[in-house]
Amino acid sequence: MPRIGVFVCWCGSNIAATVDIGQVTEAAAEMPHVVCVEDNKYTCSEPGQASIRQAIAQHGLDRVVVAACSPRMHENTFRKTISAAGLNPYLLEIANIREQCSWVHADRVAATAKAIDLVRMAVAKVAQHSALTSSTSPVTRRAMVIGGGIAGIQAALDIADAGHEVVVVERSPTLGGHMAQLDKTFPTLDCSACILTPKMVEVVQHPKITLYAYSEVEKVDGYVGSFKVTVRRKARSVDESKCTGCGACWEKCPVKVKSEFDLGLGTRKAIYVPFPQAVPAKATIDREHCIYYLRGRCRICERFCEAKAIVFDQQDEIINVEVGAIVVATGFQQFDQAAYGEYGYGEYPDVITGLEFERLVNASGPTEGKIKRPSDGKVPETVVFIKCVGSRDEHKGVPYCSRTCCMYTAKHAILTREKIHGSKVFIFYMDVRTPGKGYEEFYRRASEEDGARYLRGRVSRVYPKGGKMVVLGEDTLLGRKVIVEADLVVLASGMIAQPDAQEMARKLGVSYDQHGFLTEAHPKLRPVETNTAGIFLAGACQGPKDIPDTVAQACAAASKAAALLNREALEAEAMIACVDEARCSGCLWCEPVCPYKAISAKTISERVGRRTLTRSVAEVNPSLCHGCGACTVACRDSALNLLGFTNQQILAEVEAVCP
Amino acid sequence: MKALVLPASGAPGFAAEVSRLAGTDVQACYACGKCSAGCPVSASMDYQPHQIIRLVQLDQKDEVLSASAFWLCASCVTCSVRCPREVKLAQVMDALREISRRSGVAAGQPRIAAFYGSFLDLVRSGGRLHELGMTAMYKLRSRDLFGDIDLGVKLMLRGKLKLIPGRIKGRHHVAGIFRRVREHEAGEGGKR
Repeated sequence: MPRIGVFVCWCGSNIAATVDIGQVTEAAAEMPHVVCVEDNKYTCSEPGQASIRQAIAQHGLDRVVVAACSPRMHENTFRKTISAAGLNPYLLEIANIREQCSWVHADRVAATAKAIDLVRMAVAKVAQHSALTSSTSPVTRRAMVIGGGIAGIQAALDIADAGHEVVVVERSPTLGGHMAQLDKTFPTLDCSACILTPKMVEVVQHPKITLYAYSEVEKVDGYVGSFKVTVRRKARSVDESKCTGCGACWEKCPVKVKSEFDLGLGTRKAIYVPFPQAVPAKATIDREHCIYYLRGRCRICERFCEAKAIVFDQQDEIINVEVGAIVVATGFQQFDQAAYGEYGYGEYPDVITGLEFERLVNASGPTEGKIKRPSDGKVPETVVFIKCVGSRDEHKGVPYCSRTCCMYTAKHAILTREKIHGSKVFIFYMDVRTPGKGYEEFYRRASEEDGARYLRGRVSRVYPKGGKMVVLGEDTLLGRKVIVEADLVVLASGMIAQPDAQEMARKLGVSYDQHGFLTEAHPKLRPVETNTAGIFLAGACQGPKDIPDTVAQACAAASKAAALLNREALEAEAMIACVDEARCSGCLWCEPVCPYKAISAKTISERVGRRTLTRSVAEVNPSLCHGCGACTVACRDSALNLLGFTNQQILAEVEAVCP
Repeated sequence: MKALVLPASGAPGFAAEVSRLAGTDVQACYACGKCSAGCPVSASMDYQPHQIIRLVQLDQKDEVLSASAFWLCASCVTCSVRCPREVKLAQVMDALREISRRSGVAAGQPRIAAFYGSFLDLVRSGGRLHELGMTAMYKLRSRDLFGDIDLGVKLMLRGKLKLIPGRIKGRHHVAGIFRRVREHEAGEGGKR
C-alpha cells in the first residue's frame, strides 16, 4: 500500500488569498493512501523543504504530492528534496493550485473546490507512480562552431582555450564576417581589422581548432553530447595544403569581377582572396566567372602558381564530424534597401548603404579611404544619413529596432567630418537610441564636437536635381518641412536574418521567430541556449546585435558549451516513451511521428508453443527520446507509454475527478 | 510655413556666434522641450523657446532674428536652471537681442525696439526710470498714441505716474555702465 504525504503551499497570499488552505488539507487527509498532510507558508523555502524531508522519515512516506505552483517552477526543486530524503525523485506529483487555480479564479469557494479536485487527481496519479531511472550517454569532447564571423571566432577561441577541440565551419572563403568589412568600431573608434585580424590568425594557429572555410553544414544528426554533422567542403579548385597565398595567380588572372567584399564598389579577380588579410590566405577560383570553366582554356593561374596548387578538377568533399556541442553563429544580412523605392537605392548611385559607406571610408577599400561619391568620384560636401531604413517599419516586415544603426551612423558622421574638411552632415532620425557604455557620449560627440546636425523625422523622398540629391523630410521638432541638397545619401540599413536561417534552424532542430532569427530558450534566463540541448546561439543569428554584445554572447555560449563538454557523461531524460513489446504489432506508425528520430524497428524472437517466431517491434533510443509523447498518441495498440504519464496514471486522475 | 532648405538657407557660423556670445553651447540641446514647457511667457511667443534653439542650431539667422520670442523673454531663467543639458537659454535670448539690435533686424519688431530704446534712453539720462516720460517716448516712437490709454488713466488716478522725473545721486555711475557697454560692443564688433 502506498503511503502518500500531501504538502499544501500558501505561496504567501498568492494561493491562500483565493483558496481556503484549511479545507484543502482537511479534504486531502481523507483521500486514499494519504497518511500525512501539512501546509506551509512557502513550501519551496528551506524550512518548507525540511518539513517534507522530516515527514518522509517520520511517517515512512513513499510518495509525495506538493500542491503549489506550476511544475515548471519547482518540480525540480521538490524532486531534489525527496531524493535527499531517500525517495526516487519521480515518486512526486505537483498539483498546480496557483497558475491553474488561485491566479485565474476570483470565487474563493469554487477555487477551493477546484484546488481539492486538483489535489485528488495528483494523489490518485502518484499512487500509480513507480521509480524511474535515467540512462547516461557519453560526451564527445569536441565542439562545432557554425559561422566564422566575430561571434564564431570568439566562441571557438574560448572553447578551445577551455581545452576542448573545436571545428569551425565557415561558408565563405575566409573568416571575418561582417566585422572584416567595417572601418572603425564605435564607441572607441578602433580600427575594425586591427582588432579582428589577430583573432582570425589565432583561430588558424590554435592547436585545438580545425577550420573548414568555404564549407557548409549539410546535415545534423544525433543529440546532445553526440551530434553527427555532415560538412560539405566546397571545391576551391585550389589545394589548400599547397597554396601559399603568394598572390601570383590573382595578379595574372585576366578576369575582373565585382568584389562581394567591397559590395560591388571595387573589383576582384576570378581567382582571389576576398581581402588582403583573409584567413586562411588561400586562393579560391570563382567557377562562375573563370574563363577556364566557361570556355575550357586560359589556365594562366596554373602556369604562374609555383606551388602547383591549382586543381581544376577538384570536387566537393563530404566529411563527417562528431561533436558534443554546437554553437550557431551564422550572423545576419543587411536589409535590402531596394524595398524603399522612394529613397532610390539602386537607381541613383549616390544613394548608398551604411555598409557600402564602411567600404568607402576604409583605407583598404576601393577608394583607399577617400570618401568619394560613386557617380562621379567627387568628394561630397553635404552628406545626409537616413536612419531606420529597414528598421521599425512594420510595412516592410521589420517592426524591430536593429540596435546598431544609431551608433554606426554617429560614427559615420564623425568619420565624414574628420575626413572631409568643411563638410556638412545631416542625420534624419526617429529616435536616437544609445543604450551602451560610452554610447550616449559618443552620440553627443557626433552632434556637439563634430557638428552633425540631427533632424528628427523620417525622409519621404530622395531625388536627383542638378547634380545633387535632394532629400525631403520633416523636422518634427519644428513642425517644418526640410529640404536638404546633398551630394551623398547614406541609408542606415537594418539587420535581418540570413536568407537561409530557417533552413539552418530546421537542420539543427532549433526554433526561430517570425523574422527568422533563431530563438533562445528563455529571453532572460537562458539567453544563449536553444530549446535543443547542446545547441547554443552566439551573435546576430539570434537577433540584431553590435560587436560588444556579440562578443559577450559568444563568450557566454562558449562557456555553456565548455561546461557541457567538461562532463564525463550526460544523464538522459527519465520520463521517456517505452514499448510494451507484447502489445506492439510492429506497424511502426510511431516512427515517422517522432520528431527526435528516437524510434526504430528491432527484431525479437518469441517462443509460441514449441516454435520460436521472430517479428519486428518498435524500439525507443533513450538518449534521443525527449518524452514529448507524440508516439503514444500514434500507437494503435496502446503499446507505447510515456513513463511518468502512463495511460494508467492519466486514467487514474480522470477516475479521481469523475468517479 | 515654408520649408527649410539646408544647408542653403543657413548663415554659416550663426550658431557658433550665438554660443560664443551667450557663453553656452546651443548644440548641446537635444530638444526635450522642458524649457518651453516651463516658460511663463511662452504663450505669447511666436516661436517656443526650444524652437528658437533649434533654428539657431541650424544657422537659420534671418528667421530667428525676425521672431519676437527672444524679445518677450522675461529673463526669469527658469529654462536655464532646469535644462538637463545645461544650455543657458536665457543667455541665448540675451545674445539674440544683442545681435538683433546690432544688425538692425529688429526692424521686424519695431514696437519692441521702440520700447527697449525708450527705456534705455531714460535710464541713461536720469539714472532711473520715469514712467510718464517712458510712456510718452514710447508712444511717439511707436506712433501708437492711444493704445492702452485706459490703463494710463488708472495709473494716473492712483498717483502712480509722476509728472516730474526723479533723479538719483550716482548718475555718473550709470553713465559709466553705459559707456563700458558701448566700449565692449565696439570691441566685439572689431573682433568679428
